[in-house]
Parts: sequence; structure tokens; C-alpha cells
Amino acid sequence: MNRLLNVVMVLCIGVAVVASFVYLGIDLGELGDSGNLQRMAAYAQRFLSPDLSPGHLQAIGRGALETLAMSALGTLLAAVFGLLLALPAAGRFGWPLQSASRLVLNALRAVPELVWAALMVLAAGLGPNAGTLALALHTTGVLGRLFAEALENTPSEPADAIRLQGGNAVLAFCYGTLPNLLPQLLAYVLYRWENNIRMASVLGFVGAGGLGQMLYVSLSLFQEAQGSTVILAMLLLVLAVDSLSGWSRQRWVKA
Amino acid sequence: MLTRDTRDPATRPRLLLSLLALVLLWPGIRFSELDLGVLLASDSQSEMGRFVAAFWPPAHGDEFVELLWQTTLQTLAIATAGMALALLLAVPASLLASRALSLSAASRAGHPGYWGQLLRWPVRGLLIFLRSVPEIVWALLFVRAVGLGPTAGVLAIAITYSGMLGKVYAEIYESVDQRPAHALLQSGSSRLAAFCYGILPNVAAELLSYTVYRWECAIRASVVMGFVGAGGLGQQMDLSLRMFAGGEVASLLLTFLALVLLADQLSRLLRWRLA
Amino acid sequence: MTLQLTQVSVTHAHGVQALRGIDLRIGAGEQVAVIGPSGAGKSSLLNLLATALRPGSGEVQLLGEPAWQLSARQRQRLRARIGLIHQSPPLPPRQRVVTAVLAGKLGQWGFGKSLLNLLHPLDIPGATAALARLDLGDKLFVQCQQLSGGQLQRVGIARVLYQAPEVLLADEPVSAMDPVLAEHTLSVLCRHAREHNVTLVASLHAVELALAHFSRVIGLRDGQILFDLPTEAVDRPLLDTLYANEQLQPSPTPPTTLSVQIPRC
Repeated sequence: MNRLLNVVMVLCIGVAVVASFVYLGIDLGELGDSGNLQRMAAYAQRFLSPDLSPGHLQAIGRGALETLAMSALGTLLAAVFGLLLALPAAGRFGWPLQSASRLVLNALRAVPELVWAALMVLAAGLGPNAGTLALALHTTGVLGRLFAEALENTPSEPADAIRLQGGNAVLAFCYGTLPNLLPQLLAYVLYRWENNIRMASVLGFVGAGGLGQMLYVSLSLFQEAQGSTVILAMLLLVLAVDSLSGWSRQRWVKA
Repeated sequence: MLTRDTRDPATRPRLLLSLLALVLLWPGIRFSELDLGVLLASDSQSEMGRFVAAFWPPAHGDEFVELLWQTTLQTLAIATAGMALALLLAVPASLLASRALSLSAASRAGHPGYWGQLLRWPVRGLLIFLRSVPEIVWALLFVRAVGLGPTAGVLAIAITYSGMLGKVYAEIYESVDQRPAHALLQSGSSRLAAFCYGILPNVAAELLSYTVYRWECAIRASVVMGFVGAGGLGQQMDLSLRMFAGGEVASLLLTFLALVLLADQLSRLLRWRLA
Repeated sequence: MTLQLTQVSVTHAHGVQALRGIDLRIGAGEQVAVIGPSGAGKSSLLNLLATALRPGSGEVQLLGEPAWQLSARQRQRLRARIGLIHQSPPLPPRQRVVTAVLAGKLGQWGFGKSLLNLLHPLDIPGATAALARLDLGDKLFVQCQQLSGGQLQRVGIARVLYQAPEVLLADEPVSAMDPVLAEHTLSVLCRHAREHNVTLVASLHAVELALAHFSRVIGLRDGQILFDLPTEAVDRPLLDTLYANEQLQPSPTPPTTLSVQIPRC
């Protein structure tokens, strides 16, 4: 019986895959025929000679710094607001505030970054400010939920002990809860930052600044050489942030 | 003795770190042109307000619902087809990149030979490259190459996810007990046979559950990729946003939410069945 | 009277009655040991005196004030004058010993000073002095998670010594220490209480320690006071009745360890 169910499931997956190709009308044979491949190769070839002129590199450097600033500030803002919303969401101030803040967090999280960016471009105009706000809004939802979970799982005895010797609630949180919580919060923030540097480099596609905007513009103008330099810069940026965050994790979270 | 004790060894690092943070914060704010005021400023609020007010009621005309249904199907199909293509690339790449099938390792107490390592690196480098470029950038490139529409989305997902899957598969192969495979290799079986009999039985469940989990991620990704013209819900969302059609955006967002929730449940069910 | 309980009963949330009709008067500067089998209500009695537990019925007078008729703010001020040593000290694993000790004065310090102290310890000599009395002066800048159970208990004691309360309550303060260290630590506590005229109430599992260090011994069994006598009057038959049919005590709970989750996608 179990075996039969498994077979049926595998069959279903196979049918779903075939149906997908049919529905989309993708003909793999046509996609892979020699003429098509040749055109693709010619297109790819144009990326092989990246534009390394000093003027372009300077523009890219500025774009990279913009992207980095967007991702870092967006994550930082999200960490602050996420913590502020996580406190009520973990049930610290009674259930009406708990359900209200959970609703806000879920709504913020449900809308993808790109949609937030498109909305923020409407509100704040073109440029990195829109991207930063978009990242901050979406990430607040994600981090707020993770923080709330972490808060609920932190033992309460140390904070209770502080209350018991006369400290007020804020001090009990700072001395009793925060030391246990901080490594976990930091781990979540670093993980989101790794994610946000990737997002920050593509938010420009809807006009929210950074490297993405440069890439979008140069590809629209059929300047593949410039575009390939931008992609290289994105790669470097992502790898750099990954290793920086890995190092911080080693240094402050695991220790 | 006492003088040593009264100095906090953490003071200097903390001070330096705070200074560094302050020094970095200023250019950060300048580069990102951060201005929280726009969220509260009156004129933009009224413009945004009018747009957001149009969210209710969500568009629900017959024609639009039909369109929603088609784009939702398209999104699902993009994710599924993309994953299928990604698997075609990822499985051979992971076999090439993994140290688990090293012939030399089998006869050298688990340490692969120098040449084998050298040959594995290009494959690993390729996988790193494929997954480090964000999928939406691949989508943008493919839209330029094969034109607007779902084909670009499928190819973009295939490329990015083959990098992710290949890397994780290779790690999974290496994470299980290597002795069965080594024993088979030492008794003269081929590498593929050693993989099928020595490693696959141990890793099958984990491979499947990771693949299903990635399929779920692919659905989210395919929605996002629509913004550069790669088909699906995202493309429709981009169009509606450009036309300031609040009601349509609201319906699309709700559909997206329902789709993500559904995929989450389905993926949980599948992982539970297959594990 | 410093501590006065009148007909106090405590019932835990799961319905177990921990204390029944307790009458107790302890004067200023007295040193009292509470002994009894496990589950007798020793911890409940100390938590009650520390206002960590609210009595189901009866009256609690601490330092001349009715603890549960005060406003929350007044009660916090009262709590700052009472120090409780926990059996397994609730110290955050990642907190440094110096911060954990200085946290003892949070009830007395202002808000700004307390927050500043979090970033940079403000009274290192004070913390060093408190730790040095318990032979832990060299652990000042170590994280709590790097200490053994016995060392952690001594850090908990150092925190309360630093708090310098008028009433010192100790719930099994030496349970994780070896006999020599337990002896030494208790004598430090008693000497501190004598020198500063502090009222000391300690629950102890080891009867010998209670008889050796304290002038008054209270025997607790099934949530009631079986005897309340000067140490000289406690004899063998009395102790045998107190500990009759005692079950093996459960092992103390292991110290909490910290784990950090790192999400994948």
C-alpha cells in the first residue's frame, strides 16, 4: 500500500513536470537547435570582454558602495524596528497588542521586497532611499517574527531574579534576557544581511538605486560590456559580505 | 595585582568598535540617501494613500479572475519546469564535485589525491558562480536572449538552482558514512555503481526533502522574476503597478500569499511522506 | 520583627500545597537555618520571604511592611532591601561575571547608571572585593558559561553580597560545592551577616553544616514547621523524625546551555 502510494506520487511529479513544459510551450529541441545556440553563444560572447575603463570602474565603485549602504542600513533599521515589534509580538504587553503586532509583522513579511521597492519608488521617488526603505520594511517583518520566537524561547529566570531584587522591567530585560538573546539576534541579523545584499543589488531593476539600476540601464542600452562589469562587481560584493558575515558569526555568535 | 584587575579588558575593543560603527554610519546614510521622512510626508502620503486606498476592494471581475488563474498556473509551471532542468544539471555536477566518489580517497584513508582535488575545483567554482549571481539577474539576461515570457524564467531558475542544488547535494554525499562506497570501490566496482549502492540509500530521503524545499523557494523566486518580464504573477504585478491599478495589485498579492502558503503545506506534506 | 509570617499557606499552580499555616518570627540580625527532607517546602518558604511567591492566605510582614499590600513600586523598593541566593543561580551564560555581580545593585541604582553599567562596568573594585571574599577574584572578566556549577553558585552569592541587603535569604547556597568549599563559603556568609547585622535565613541539605554555623534551626516537613529551636536543643531523635522515610533526592538540574540557530534559506 505504502509502496503503491509512493509510486503514484512519483508518477504525479513526473506528470506535473511534463505538463509544465507543455503548458509553457517550451520546446527543448527548438531551444537547443544549432541556430538558437549560436545566437545565445554570440550574446554570451559580448559579456566576455568587461569594460574596465577607469571612468566606468569609478561609477561601479559608487554603485557598489550605494548597494552596500542600502543593504546594511536596511538591515539595521529592520533590526531596530523588528525588536520593537517583537516585544509585543512575544506577548510581553498582553494579547491585544500581541495579535496586532503579529498581524503587522506578517503583512510586512508577506509582500516581497521588489513589490515594496516598487511602492517605495512611488512614495519616495527613484533612488537608493526607496530601496533602503523597501529592504527595511520587508526585513522588519522577517526579523520581527524570528526575534519574537527567540524571545519566547529564552529562559525567564535571570530576568525574574533581577525583578526580585528590585530592578525595573527594562533593566530586567537588559541584564537578564538580552545577554542570552543577543547571539541569536545577531545570527538572524547576519543571515538577513547576506540575503539583503543580494536583494539590494537587484532592487534597482524597479528604480530603487544601487548596482541593479546600472545593470538595468546598461542592458537596456545593449551595453553588454558595461553590464558584465556590473555583474562581476555584484559577485564580488556578495562574496565579500558573505565572508564578512561568516567571520562575524565565528567571532561573536559561536564564541 | 589590583591595578591589573581594575582595568576592564573589553573596554578598548568596545570603544574601537563603537567608533568604527559611528564612522561607517555617516557615509552609509549619505550613500543610501536615507530619509525616513518620506514615509510620513504629507504629499507623498496622499499619493500613496490614494493608491493604497484603491486596494480595496481587490479586483474580482470574471476576466481578471481568469487572468489570475492563468498566471498562477504559469508561475507554478515555471517553478516546476525550472527545477526539472536544474536537476538535469545539478546531479552530474554534484557527482563531479563531491569528494565522496574519489577513487584515490578509497585507497588513501579518505584523503583524495592531489590531481583529483585539482579537477574538482573548476566544477565547484562553476557551481559557486551559478548560484552567486541572483536569479533575477539571470532572468534579465535571458529575457534579452530569448525574449519576454516564461522561457526566460525557466532558464533562470534552472541555472541558479542547479548551482544551489549541486553544492548542497555534493555536501550531503560527503556527510554520510563513506565506508560502504569505499568498500565497493576497493572491490572493483565502478564509481556510479558504488554511488548507487553505497551512498544513495543513505542520502535519498535528505536529497528529496531538500529538493522539495527548494521547489518551494523556486515558486517565490518565479514571482519575483516576473518583474523583469519573465512571466507569471510577477509580470502581471509589474504591469498593474505601472498602471496604478490598486485593486489588481491587491488581488495579485493575495493570490501570491495563497500560493506561497499552499506550496508551504504541500512541501511539508511531501517531505513528511518521503522522509 | 524583621520577618513575620502569620498563618501563611502557599498552594502551587498544579494544586500541591507547599506550605500550610506557617507562623514564623525572625528578629533583626538572627541567623537561621531551615532543614528538612526534599519536598518539605524549604524553597517555597524562602521564595515566600523573598516575595517571589504570593501566599494563598495569611500575612507576610517583611522589614516591618506588609509586602502584598504595597503598591508595585513600593514593593520593588522593599525587594531591593532583600537578597535571595538561588540554588542554581539564574545568570545568563554569555554575561560576564563582573556584570552579573554588579547587577546586584540594580534596585538601588538609577536607570541611567544601570544602562551605562551594561556597556562599561562602573564599580570594578566593588565587584572584585565581593568576588575576592569567595576566592573568585581572578574570574572577574570571564563569561558565566565558562564556570563550573560550584563557581556559578559563588558568583550568585557574590552578587547578593554586593547588593548588601538587610535580609539575606539563601536557598541551598552550597549544594554544588565540595564539603571544604561549602564549609568556607557558609562561614563567609555568616561572618558577613554578623559584621553588618544582616538577618540570614538559609535552607540547607547538610544537617551538619546547619548545626555548625547557625544559632537557630527550623525543621520543615510536609509544609509545616516540625520544630523551631536553638541549635543546642536539636538532638538525634528530633532529626530522625524530621528525615523519616526520606526518598532519594533527585539530582540537581544541570546548568542551562545556550544554543544558537542559524537558518538556511
